[in-house]
Amino acid sequence: MTAMVSLRDVSKVFDGASGPVRAVDGVTLDIERGDVFGVIGYSGAGKSTLVRLINALETPTSGQVVVDGTELTGLKERGLRPARAGIGFIFQQFNLLKSRTVAANVAYPLKVAKWPKAKREERVRELLEFVGLSDKAKQYPDQLSGGQKQRVGIARALATSPALLLADEATSALDPETTKDVLDLLRRVNRELGVTIVVITHEMSVVSYLCHKVAVMEHGKVVEQGDVYRVFAEPEQPVTRRFIGAALHDRPRPDVVARLRERHAGRIVTIAIRESEATADIIVTERLRAHGIDGHVVFGGITEVNSRPLGSLTFALGGPDAAIDAFLADLRAHTEVVEHTPDGDDAGPATKEVGA
Amino acid sequence: MNSNGVSLWPELWQALGETLQMAIAALAIGGLAGLLVGIALYVTRAGNILANRPVFLVLNVLVNIIRPIPFIIFITAVRPLTQALTGASYGVEAAIPALAIMATFATSRIVEQNLVALDPGVIEAARAMGAGPMRIIATVIVPETLGPLILGFTFLFVGIVDMTAVAGAIGAGGLGDFAIVYGYQRFNDVVTWTAVAVIVVMVQLAQFLGNYLARRVMRR
Repeated sequence: MTAMVSLRDVSKVFDGASGPVRAVDGVTLDIERGDVFGVIGYSGAGKSTLVRLINALETPTSGQVVVDGTELTGLKERGLRPARAGIGFIFQQFNLLKSRTVAANVAYPLKVAKWPKAKREERVRELLEFVGLSDKAKQYPDQLSGGQKQRVGIARALATSPALLLADEATSALDPETTKDVLDLLRRVNRELGVTIVVITHEMSVVSYLCHKVAVMEHGKVVEQGDVYRVFAEPEQPVTRRFIGAALHDRPRPDVVARLRERHAGRIVTIAIRESEATADIIVTERLRAHGIDGHVVFGGITEVNSRPLGSLTFALGGPDAAIDAFLADLRAHTEVVEHTPDGDDAGPATKEVGA
Repeated sequence: MNSNGVSLWPELWQALGETLQMAIAALAIGGLAGLLVGIALYVTRAGNILANRPVFLVLNVLVNIIRPIPFIIFITAVRPLTQALTGASYGVEAAIPALAIMATFATSRIVEQNLVALDPGVIEAARAMGAGPMRIIATVIVPETLGPLILGFTFLFVGIVDMTAVAGAIGAGGLGDFAIVYGYQRFNDVVTWTAVAVIVVMVQLAQFLGNYLARRVMRR
């Protein structure tokens, strides 16, 4: 079976005020049917342009875009319209029509697709029930909360039963509670309706909660991609590490390390907790005992990525140096260990990477 | 209110009728044409749904040239066109083409300005759902900006009433003509102020109506 979305060396160049801007630069990726695929990047990384290339709101400067077996590149505007209609799109700012009721907003794509009135009304009822807004059918968007607006947006995007749904920062304008509701709804869309979803976001929490696969974008390029857990557990690129650090707050920054050292005697080490070493925290406790050294947790965080634990714990260790060295060597066989070397080392940062 | 012992009320009512006739005709023709030109200006802008630089430039320059011409000069300048269109060179009929043309260009700018304020996101959403440009104009752009557009047209109506008074000065009749002939030229301030009062009342009524309609459309 072919991929739902297949991008081959796709680039998009805009004419900027100071010369051409490569918003998307040589991106190649495949999104399989039934996947929830995350595209994560900071603003300006090109992810919004990338998603607009997938539903042909933008045409690529070069490269090839194939969606659901249809090659979009080379199609004229008129030919692109039916392709767009077959791809659901939800927006950060919802983009509902303020002059129309909730029901009329959801019916809009059906009108475009020339559905007869009776079928339209039935479908709208069905969709509003699915997103839990049956009682809001006759209200106007201004009367709804942000989360409700996004539900309408999702109902509207699903109206014509697309096989692919694109979500451009769909939860970025929502509070955390509402974000979870909307992500749960998207998960249902994927699981119950079998819709392939592409999620554009700058929040790792969205990707780790919802996505199976992820592509990390920076400067228009996909710098890293693969299984979500693998990418986040073994990040290869600095930008990926930044996302993880920003989301988990699990690793102490240098100023935090300095304060930790003031508060705690002994050596400070950060130990990665990963599913591949599912009992890493237990191992640490065991090893501490085995090597006869003291250790207590002074910093850290563990979260779930794709329902699997990920994070790190920072310990202050006390005991003979030789015993601690042996302990660290022991642990390194299981997981990544970083020792924060004492201050006074002016040659570089106080944090030294000591291989995994 | 009279002049040399003759009541001027019949003349006033006739003048009011003429003014309304001119203003409503100009609003209807100029409003519709201006709406179309305004929409054309908006959609042909760079990056918009029917982006077309030559068309945009031509329309934009045309609007910029015509709109600033003082109406009293404009109405005399288009007299040959008026004569060809209506066969008349003075009176209410002769004033209407000039009023309608000027109203068209004034409207187009007001319409364009209101459309520019529309969130481009809703247009993008409609595009993403497969809607073509004409459908987007009819089902998104106009309905979504209808409230401000109604207020714009109300504003325009007031401007047109102002223009009819100018037209009156060169023989089109109406309240402006009435105020000048019976008031100004005969040093009869009561007549002038009566005409002013009638215009103020008319404009107020139009403003109330426009506000009411806009509020209903915007559900506020």
